[in-house]
Amino acid sequence: MKKYTYTDKKDTRSGFGAGLLEAGKRNDQVVALCADLIGSLKMQDFINAFPERFFQTGIAEANMMGMAAGLTIGGKIPFTGTFANFSTGRVYDQIRQSIAYSDKNVKICASHAGLTLGEDGATHQILEDIGLMKMLPGMTVINPCDYNQTKAATIAIAEYHGPVYLRFGRPVMPIFTDADQKFEIGKAWMVNEGTDVSIFATGHLVWEAIKAGEILADEGINAEIVNIHTIKPLDNEAVLASVAKTGCVVTAEEHNRLGGLGDSVAQLLATNVPAPQEYVAVNDSFGESGTPEQLMAKYGLDAAHIVSAAKRAIERKKTLYKEAFV
Amino acid sequence: MTNDINELKRIASQVRRDIVRMVHGCQSGHPGGSLGCTDYLVALYFSVMKHNPDFSMDGKGEDLFFLSNGHISPVFYSVLSHSGYFDKSELKTFRKLDSRLQGHPTTHEGLPGIRIASGSLGQGLSVAIGAALAKKLNGDDRIVYTLHGDGELQEGQIWEAAMFAPHNKVDNLIAAVDVNGQQIDGSTNQVLSLGNLHAKWEAFGWDVLESKGNDMEALLTTLAEAKQRTGKGKPVVILLHTEMGYGVDFMMGSHKWHGVAPNDAQLEQALAQLEETLGDY
Repeated sequence: MKKYTYTDKKDTRSGFGAGLLEAGKRNDQVVALCADLIGSLKMQDFINAFPERFFQTGIAEANMMGMAAGLTIGGKIPFTGTFANFSTGRVYDQIRQSIAYSDKNVKICASHAGLTLGEDGATHQILEDIGLMKMLPGMTVINPCDYNQTKAATIAIAEYHGPVYLRFGRPVMPIFTDADQKFEIGKAWMVNEGTDVSIFATGHLVWEAIKAGEILADEGINAEIVNIHTIKPLDNEAVLASVAKTGCVVTAEEHNRLGGLGDSVAQLLATNVPAPQEYVAVNDSFGESGTPEQLMAKYGLDAAHIVSAAKRAIERKKTLYKEAFV
Repeated sequence: MTNDINELKRIASQVRRDIVRMVHGCQSGHPGGSLGCTDYLVALYFSVMKHNPDFSMDGKGEDLFFLSNGHISPVFYSVLSHSGYFDKSELKTFRKLDSRLQGHPTTHEGLPGIRIASGSLGQGLSVAIGAALAKKLNGDDRIVYTLHGDGELQEGQIWEAAMFAPHNKVDNLIAAVDVNGQQIDGSTNQVLSLGNLHAKWEAFGWDVLESKGNDMEALLTTLAEAKQRTGKGKPVVILLHTEMGYGVDFMMGSHKWHGVAPNDAQLEQALAQLEETLGDY
């Protein structure tokens, strides 16, 4: 089993800021918009480098989404920036009509996704955004796992034509992926091969899945861990290949258990190779104030919960196969 | 392109006939506002805007028009077809299965001349501002035009956009509001009063003009004035005073024809009147 270590920790939103600056250097059509959260979105370096290509919209997210759609009509590649809650639910209709249905090349970049915004509480957290965005025809949904991967994803989406939802977070997280990695939209990343259970994780939960894999290994369970950084389009081939090997599944995400990665995987399996699946996700509730670590533990999103879920999935697999052969 | 008033009026009558036929053909759609805004769209597309029926989405070097109140799609489709964007015979497919002429305009079916979907109200001004900013970044000195319904101004996004454009000196933009005082549930005064629109737009920092919206000469004069006022640090808005259903007597001035299709007898009556009007020119 490959061991993942880290020497540095950073927030994924800083990966976005670094990626945006790099994307701006590579392509002068890249422009950025922000609704009064420049510091939170780490956009200042881009603004310093390209002041004429940045638009401060004020606290007016609907207008920001519409303007982004309009900018594409002149060939621009707009990156919008605000919290995930205000990037999705608040402006769903604007995204639906002016961006997705109109097939505009807008990159909706959303920070502070999930629970780990922490102390601000449920009004500023969002656990429904993956579901909202993946329901839109033509929308690509990406949730990278650490600083390096978020930077790589930001650069990659600038080179991809079409609407994209890029989701990242606030807290500092271990940096365990390579700095020079190639980010392939829609291509799952094999973190660790295994045979007993497939753990499909996304975003911040990938690191928890790695920790869970180590705990499971100590107990003699060989988990396969796959980083599903692109939730839509889902890498069907990678998911099915993994499940064909392991026969049972855990999905792990910082999102409502309804409508997120888990449901995408379940839908794929149901129509191909049904397999026992356990969800590590928030159980259809809103969040609350607390530190990121407290919230991850309370809402069942840490390595310990992934370990338990993996054992349940393996147990169900045994039962299922036993019943099937009786 | 022409400044010949009689020719523009002739085209407007043709467009009005298209509108009533299209709405009658599918027994669905919005004739009232379409008829009221016909003169404005005809003025834009046949006299004012530089545009190219060899359609490209980015419209580089062209003036752009965005219809924000997408429910008046019949007038937009008719004007585009008369301008050569697609064959007029396609107007018959309006609101029917497999048509590129959806109930509300969309880019989804690839109809030339449409650059954004509209229908859910309030979004067009933001899109137009984005397109105008892109023109500035591209060194393209053409103008972006929009049209909005007055009822549409009840949407909050309009005022987000209205605040942004003057603050950022988006002065290659001419918005227009169809002030007909009617919306689907009644008059705007009954449903939700809009107050003093001139003062409101001015307070937001816009250069405000007013015009008769169903008088071709007045429209050309106002549009010329509006163009002169572009490039001076402020966006321009024109309050167009129109009459819902203009050109068809029994539809005029009533919100009841906001979204109702004429029956066979009413179509005949409307067409007879529009032919007669045409004859006057």
